[in-house]
Amino acid sequence: MTLRCARLALEDGSCFEGVGCGAEGVTSGEVVFNTSMTGYQEILTDPSYAGQIVTMTCPEVGNYGTTALDAESRRPFVAGFIVRECSPVASNWRSAAPLHDFLRAHHIVALAGIDTRALTRRLRAGGVLRGAIGTGDVSVGTLVERARQTPPMEGADLVRTVTCAEPFAFALSPDAPVHGEAGIATDREFLLPGRSSGAPSPGLAGRPLVAAYDFGMKWNILRRLAACGCALKVFPAATPAAEILEARPNGVFLSNGPGDPAALPYVVANLRALIEAGVPLFGICLGHQLLALALGGRTFKLKFGHRGGNHPVKDLETGRVEMTSQNHGFAVEAGSLPPDVRVTHESLYDKTIEGLRHRERPVFSVQYHPEASPGPHDADYLFGRFLSSLRPD
Amino acid sequence: MPRRTDLRRVLVIGSGPIVIGQACEFDYSGTQACKALRAEGLEIVLVNSNPATIMTDPELADRTYVEPLTVETLSVIIERERPDALLPTVGGQTALNLAVGLAEAGVLDRFGVELIGASLEAIKVAEDRLLFRQAMTSIGIDVPDSGAAHSLDEALALVKVVGFPAIIRPSFTLGGVGGGVAYNLDEFRALSSRGLSMSPVRQVLVEQSVLGWKEYELEVMRDVADNFVVVCSIENIDPMGIHTGDSITVAPAMTLSDKEYQRLRDLARRIISRVGVETGGANIQFAVNPADGRVVAIEMNPRVSRSSALASKATGFPIAKIAAKLALGYHLDEIPNDITRVTPASFEPSIDYVVVKVPRWNFEKFPDADRTLTTQMKSVGEAMAIGCTFKEAFLKGLRSLELGRSAWLWRSGWEDDEGEELLARRLLVADERRIWRVFSALERGWSVDRIHDITKIDRWFLVQFEELTAMALMLKAHGRGAIAPDVLGRLKRAGFSDQEIGRLSGRDEAAVTSDVRGAGLRRAYKRIDTCAAEFESFTPYLYSTFADECEAAPTARDKVVILGSGPNRIGQGIEFDYCCCHAAFALREEGVETVMVNCNPETVSTDYDTADRLYFEPLTLEDVMAIIERERQGGGAVSCLVQFGGQTPLKLALALHQAGVPLIGTSADSIDLAEDRKRFSALLSRLEINQPASGTATSRDEAREVAASIGFPVVVRPSYVLGGRGMAIVYEQAALDRYMRGAVDASPGHPVLIDRFLEDAFELDVDAVADATGAVVIGGIMEHIEEAGIHSGDSSCVLPSYLVAERHLETIRDWTRRIARALGVVGLMNIQFAIRDDVVYVLEVNPRASRTVPFLSKATGVPLAKAAARVMLGRTLADLGLVDDLPVTGVFVKTPVFPFVRFQGVDILLGPEMKSTGEAMGCGATFGVAFAKAQSAAGQTLPDRGTAFISVNDHDKPTTLPIARELAALGFTLAATRGTAAFLAAHGLPADVIYKVNEGRPNIADEVVNGRISLVINTPLGRASFFDDRALRRAAMMHGVPCITTLTGAAAAVSAIRAMRTDVSAVRALQDYYAGSAGHS
Repeated sequence: MTLRCARLALEDGSCFEGVGCGAEGVTSGEVVFNTSMTGYQEILTDPSYAGQIVTMTCPEVGNYGTTALDAESRRPFVAGFIVRECSPVASNWRSAAPLHDFLRAHHIVALAGIDTRALTRRLRAGGVLRGAIGTGDVSVGTLVERARQTPPMEGADLVRTVTCAEPFAFALSPDAPVHGEAGIATDREFLLPGRSSGAPSPGLAGRPLVAAYDFGMKWNILRRLAACGCALKVFPAATPAAEILEARPNGVFLSNGPGDPAALPYVVANLRALIEAGVPLFGICLGHQLLALALGGRTFKLKFGHRGGNHPVKDLETGRVEMTSQNHGFAVEAGSLPPDVRVTHESLYDKTIEGLRHRERPVFSVQYHPEASPGPHDADYLFGRFLSSLRPD
Repeated sequence: MPRRTDLRRVLVIGSGPIVIGQACEFDYSGTQACKALRAEGLEIVLVNSNPATIMTDPELADRTYVEPLTVETLSVIIERERPDALLPTVGGQTALNLAVGLAEAGVLDRFGVELIGASLEAIKVAEDRLLFRQAMTSIGIDVPDSGAAHSLDEALALVKVVGFPAIIRPSFTLGGVGGGVAYNLDEFRALSSRGLSMSPVRQVLVEQSVLGWKEYELEVMRDVADNFVVVCSIENIDPMGIHTGDSITVAPAMTLSDKEYQRLRDLARRIISRVGVETGGANIQFAVNPADGRVVAIEMNPRVSRSSALASKATGFPIAKIAAKLALGYHLDEIPNDITRVTPASFEPSIDYVVVKVPRWNFEKFPDADRTLTTQMKSVGEAMAIGCTFKEAFLKGLRSLELGRSAWLWRSGWEDDEGEELLARRLLVADERRIWRVFSALERGWSVDRIHDITKIDRWFLVQFEELTAMALMLKAHGRGAIAPDVLGRLKRAGFSDQEIGRLSGRDEAAVTSDVRGAGLRRAYKRIDTCAAEFESFTPYLYSTFADECEAAPTARDKVVILGSGPNRIGQGIEFDYCCCHAAFALREEGVETVMVNCNPETVSTDYDTADRLYFEPLTLEDVMAIIERERQGGGAVSCLVQFGGQTPLKLALALHQAGVPLIGTSADSIDLAEDRKRFSALLSRLEINQPASGTATSRDEAREVAASIGFPVVVRPSYVLGGRGMAIVYEQAALDRYMRGAVDASPGHPVLIDRFLEDAFELDVDAVADATGAVVIGGIMEHIEEAGIHSGDSSCVLPSYLVAERHLETIRDWTRRIARALGVVGLMNIQFAIRDDVVYVLEVNPRASRTVPFLSKATGVPLAKAAARVMLGRTLADLGLVDDLPVTGVFVKTPVFPFVRFQGVDILLGPEMKSTGEAMGCGATFGVAFAKAQSAAGQTLPDRGTAFISVNDHDKPTTLPIARELAALGFTLAATRGTAAFLAAHGLPADVIYKVNEGRPNIADEVVNGRISLVINTPLGRASFFDDRALRRAAMMHGVPCITTLTGAAAAVSAIRAMRTDVSAVRALQDYYAGSAGHS
């Protein structure tokens, strides 16, 4: 691996000098940090990071390489990647390629060798900032200018850049090959068995059908729902509610995704129609925010977001605390929800809303990621909860 | 849910004396637990036989018992104190075993004491390997194939199933004692027999080997509401087959993908639930097959551990403190995180640095020991280092070990003479030098794959080592010219010290230091904050790296930097950490800001709330000066305390002084005056104080000359050592020549000190505090029970002295005062005296904290180290109310404990080189009672009846007579070797004659093995029968038969046996002892 100098410039004019560890070139985006200590490949391929340059606070990255089995979508969507140390080798039985090769193959501009803690502290203190990474001779001034020209995250509809072009079906059957349908690799070794907490609701015959809105969906959501026994049909983000209902799903899933939920009025309108139709709904992350908007709530941008695998969330109904995987820059505003919606989960870090449920309708959502990947599996029971809320055919 | 309100009084059990596998980490955890429980308003009854602990400071508990950790003693204490609950999870294996013992004896039920933190059932499932295995199988978790055997035949049947190599693990032993790996039937027979005899329940587990698999540990916590967190993951660089205490370990895990890590997390959660730890912490070990990721659970400790101490220090998450609160019924989310203040303890720390722990061994003290590293722990201490990258943390860790030359990784000369084949073999069969051999192989150009194939060390680590080696060799090739700033930057960021850079490039350290400055490379300090900077940190817990942004934020207050004692080693352990902690407490009370520097993760001193600011850094001049310079930038005056951390900070005193750092207390010159033999001898002569004739020599001829003038026998030793390293008693010229050859080769140019050896003298230790006005208060005069020639740290001692004439005590007091004043001591001082033929001599003066300070403080109730720290700030002893020498009520005996049981082939004979790892204290109204308790606390329970075997040299025979007579009067049957028996018979004491080991069979070793002997008194019989005696002593030790090798020790034992007949069960809390004397605070 040859070391070529590279730097990050932020919109406030500050600059971090390091070396390139991915593709050559210039990139820009909103600079965020993630405190997960494992799971860099899942983070790189999580479409929710579209438009963002992700900084890992974990200092040694790339040690265990990369594998198609850990992909969360068809390619990495991050705008750029920043680490303290990028491993020159991959040392793990599952690895197919070292991280730097993976980054280059996917044209991800990446920076290593900077004081990632100093950068993180800056983001924590001042909030997320736009930034630009350039390799080689690009000047700081050019990069700062590039950073300032990057469109802000507020008001950005990034979903249209990541959602699937056409609907597709997904299922896992006991004899399915490791590489499942739709090119979605599944590592059976690590596919959790469906948990007993989620008995399908009575009246469901065979394999219930879940229609999933793809706002930038992580593949592990599909794997988890399929492992729980669901058949899945995935739809592009702009699919009208009527078309979803035509598929006669037993429930509808609202995925995670990038950008500002407030920039997606077309989705919110469809969700209102689905709520009216009485279809069971389960939303994760952006799906949760969109559901809140559809129920009459409001969202706001967090100072520096929640991104990591150690966020404690309290289930207000049971008192239990879950370690959760999180990745969001926006959140649902407390007090903005109508009385028929109740807050079911809250963050023990900053008391923001982490989950909600409609008092009458079969509608619930969480801000965090029960599908984990990366992160702990504590919240996996939510898939079971969704399963038991599905309506009969 | 708020905490339980039905608990009022809690019994906390400590872990007793420091032994291999159970060191000061349990003082750290126990102290945290006591503080946490007290903060909740609970009354604490504390029992620990180790006086050198912070937890036994009387202000940490309501009732503090320094008593033997036995079921009998604890039953008495429980009956008297009536605690509502017992917390058994913070005192290591010792406390856990005692809890089981108390429960099974019905004591807990009888007095209504509830076990909190871990239930009896949970302890049993976790500790009994068979139950554990069944439990794992029941929840579908793989464990290595194994079975339990209660006899050799059963073991042999099992090994047919599990195959070779096979692991043998004796049940209920600590730190894998008695275990090992067998590659063939012969080895298997030997290890199984040994294991069966060492297991208190005569059970061994025979286990399929997963040698070479990757080894991981998860430190986890769970509350009563089933909330669960992983505090830290730890990866062992040395794969399965080497005890984790002997492995270099890294946090967080470096080579696990998220999928694999989360699987371990899920398994850990299932395991802790199944074992049934409802409130508290646990350590779970896994092995992972590097070829296919298959996981097996190895073991689970339902308590805090050495690893949890490491995890606490590595993350800033105080496991023991939280565990204590969980045991009271708190939920994790009800406990705040001290460091961020705004977030709760129900989270998983995210760390943005790398932590490396490196073990420290002391094999040089046991030259005959088997150094192979296996499943039985052999290291005596550890250093932890923190860096922004693995490389930086690793190199910091190695230099934290203070190994001098032998720490050099490249061109060290140590392994250069090894041929390729020998090197390969030594890489395969690991000993304590293995990591250096890995570097030696890399330096010779061996490929990562080749080294991996032999060692199974993960390639990721080997590639890191290869990169370090490339940098070192580049530096070597570069030569003496100035190093380009960018190259220097890479080296410093990779963790190279200025000294290493200098050595590799052939320049001196100072020149490199100045280049580093010239290149604008700055050391920055980062905070350990549990959360990777996601939240603000309110706790200045810091480590260094080379970066621009520094978070040290030194205050403008005046401050004292306290230098700690580094990794534990024989001769420098918990006693010094105790003193450093006390300095921090006292100085804080005096209103001075305290800054602690240390690199030992086991200690209380490295708890983030012991001092105002904590730097977890190596104790080298470069690292320490950088901290001092950074702290000075705050604007306050910065001075340094070097007296309390043993030899480690003392070695830096002169250099710090020369660099303009003010040292508080005794000056650098006074320290040098006491250490420099010539200057010191002159001083004593001027004061007309007796000292043994002495001289120094740097060559064989000089040594012969000195010996000729002072006469044999002589004590020889290198200068500037602690713990009697390299010290020997030499009786004749040939032996002196041999010693000099070794010493001169090892460190040419360094003088060897030669003193006349005072044979058959009594020795005494004195600790005193002196202030700047010349006032001196003597903390105590401790009389050694073993005669001269045995290192003071290895000798039992008693306070007050019991056989010394008052006029000699007067001389000792007088000389102590005169020496303190003449040296200008301000602070602590320790003097060793000897009395021979009615004449008092001074053997040694150390103007620093000594190993006996905590013992004296516990016995007198006066915290001497605190008083000394105040005096060093300028207070007078009179200010502190200290005028008279300190009195004691009662008798206090300190007894050492030894690691011989772990070291195959090592003789247990004592000598001038210190070998003990720790100590216990016995307290009583009489010498006999105190000595009996101290022996029991040290794990050496004296027999009440049976056969006493006596074998002594001719010189000792007359002195043996009263001892033998007393034993006979106590009802013991006497047995002896032919010569000794004849001597006893001639004096009217019949004794059975037993063969010596080489006289025939059954011999004395057979009789010991057969359990026919309950006490052995054996003084060395000279070189000729050395191996004969040795086999006997070894047999006695392996079978737990007390073996006493000095006659003074034997006399003390006999008086203890007599005392045990009357008042063995009397216990007394320290608070009651102090109420009886006019103790100061």
